[in-house]
Amino acid sequence: MLASLLKPIAALAIAAALISGVLLALGASPIGVFSALAIGAFGNWLAFTDTCVKATPLIFTGLAVALSFQGAMWNIGADGQLTIGALLAGAIGPYLGGLPHPIAIAVILAAGAIGGAAWGGICGWLRARRDVNEVISTIMLNFVAVQMLSWAVHGPLMEASRSYPASTPIAAGAQLRLFFEPSRLNSGMILAVALAIASSALLFRTGIGFEIRAAGINRRASAFFGIPIARLAVLVMALSGALAGLGGAVQISAITHRLYEKISPGWGYEAIAVALLARLNPIGLLCTALLFGALDNGSQAMQRAEGVSPVLVQVIQGMVILILLAFDTTAFSRLTGAISLRRGAGTSAPELPPAAGASDA
Amino acid sequence: MLEAFLSSTISMATPILLAALGELIVEESGVLNIGIEGAMLCGAFAALATAWFSGSVMLGLLAGIAAGVAINATLAVLAVNLAVNQVVAGTALDILALGITGVFYRRMFGITGKAFTVHALAPMPLGPLAAIPIVGPALFDQNLIVYAAFAIVPILAWILSRTRYGLELRAAGENPQAADALGLGVRRLRWHALIASGVLTGLSGAYLTLAYANTFVEGISAGRGFVALAVVILGRWNPWGLTAASILFGAAMALQFGLQALGTAVPYQLFLALPYALTLVVLAGVGGQAQAPSALGEPYVR
Repeated sequence: MLASLLKPIAALAIAAALISGVLLALGASPIGVFSALAIGAFGNWLAFTDTCVKATPLIFTGLAVALSFQGAMWNIGADGQLTIGALLAGAIGPYLGGLPHPIAIAVILAAGAIGGAAWGGICGWLRARRDVNEVISTIMLNFVAVQMLSWAVHGPLMEASRSYPASTPIAAGAQLRLFFEPSRLNSGMILAVALAIASSALLFRTGIGFEIRAAGINRRASAFFGIPIARLAVLVMALSGALAGLGGAVQISAITHRLYEKISPGWGYEAIAVALLARLNPIGLLCTALLFGALDNGSQAMQRAEGVSPVLVQVIQGMVILILLAFDTTAFSRLTGAISLRRGAGTSAPELPPAAGASDA
Repeated sequence: MLEAFLSSTISMATPILLAALGELIVEESGVLNIGIEGAMLCGAFAALATAWFSGSVMLGLLAGIAAGVAINATLAVLAVNLAVNQVVAGTALDILALGITGVFYRRMFGITGKAFTVHALAPMPLGPLAAIPIVGPALFDQNLIVYAAFAIVPILAWILSRTRYGLELRAAGENPQAADALGLGVRRLRWHALIASGVLTGLSGAYLTLAYANTFVEGISAGRGFVALAVVILGRWNPWGLTAASILFGAAMALQFGLQALGTAVPYQLFLALPYALTLVVLAGVGGQAQAPSALGEPYVR
């Protein structure tokens, strides 16, 4: 357990060192920047709750990535799935006024999940039946989703006054309640945590989860042992898309209450860092999502205090993924294996499913 | 009108073609490079920043190329030497590039308030050819990078299909084990491919800032790296096919700008989404992997 935490922490430390280098090159003080980040993210109750709010979409998309990557389905499309989920939620939201609150919430969240599941499911189907690499198809659908949303808020869903590219606000009954105003803390976070627990149970406690992970480690061998690989591909992508789509619906229902042109600032891509840093573990992912939510949230304070652009957060994300990847390689584990008295040399399963982008043939 | 549309089509197609040719080389060697967008972005920023500080467009071009090579070399260390997941590494480089260029751009030019612009790479009309009606300006009144991009197409086609080196490269992408057994050095070939591709992708980024926009804005590559990925598929891994697909995508972009300017009823987003949707339809129609190198995306570990 301790050893499994060592690598992510070491990766973060190396990333912090490299980023300090970048900051020094920019003429900024690393200590000032990191403390401004921390205070901005956790300095007071409101800052902390906003960190939780910022982490929520990352939990949803992070779960989407973790679930699919566990099955060696490289879903790069959580961003598009979240966007389509938000689009459906935002489209149906204004018409839910007549329904009782719990039912309106259920409908708007279901719309998001269905939208995301469809968007991901298409890629699963294309992979299973037409042998289309899901990396390519999910990326393509990300761009299609962005354009669909842009078209919707400029066209059919545009608000009545038609002055700003945004949709009509959703009905009050379809809005997730905020707990402690003025904080924007809402039950979306609770749903996200519950889904993390459910995803963990699915992956590690059920037969389907076993099949997903088996296919992730060796697709050909799994097929040989009778695991329905094609059906599994569609299922994994649809589930993964549903999680991301739910994230989009929660964002609409709890935070924005309407659609804008760019609903996601790149959560679907950030999710890859979130999921990898948590070693694709749904529970661990709660911590890493909170960490990245804190980075997002603290970055505004960092800009005010140190004049460093909030996009620094993306530098941190990129570096964390690259360093973690470098840590995960066979070359590196051979190296560390030799140093660490060879303990557990043969028992450590590959951290990432090895069949990256490989075709089944 | 038609003249302007054709001319705009070629200028839009050029950066896509350059990046797609780069991606083609890498994919033929068996590496799936999702990091093109990042290399392009770094190339674009490095080119403009260098040209702005030095006052030399040529130095800017070289810096753009160097930045593309640097990003691809990073990918090479990870994807070739350490054999990590290529998709994840490429995505990380895209995120990193967006962040690094953004941080440096805002730090260097956000405060000064000075216009971050340079004189564009001047067009070089090819004598009387540029005066040909309709197609003349599009084909023969462009800048150096446009000519270079289209000149690379036949050269690359020849190298890939007619030379021993091209064959070796494709062997590394089709069957790395066999290539290795023949002593071809899969790692060496993949490194070569990534460096060559870095040159082309960096050049493509430099074109965006030095010849097309004459300035830098954050995320200026605007998904062109991913379009290049689509172009390679639509072009069936053939340099001539890539050229046709690039021109098609260039036309879609040019048309979208034209439609936005005219304010027609056709939503311009349709034209922006079309290339991506079309790629998916083609992939679904022919069965995805039919023409792709067999070992595409598989790390090679001896």
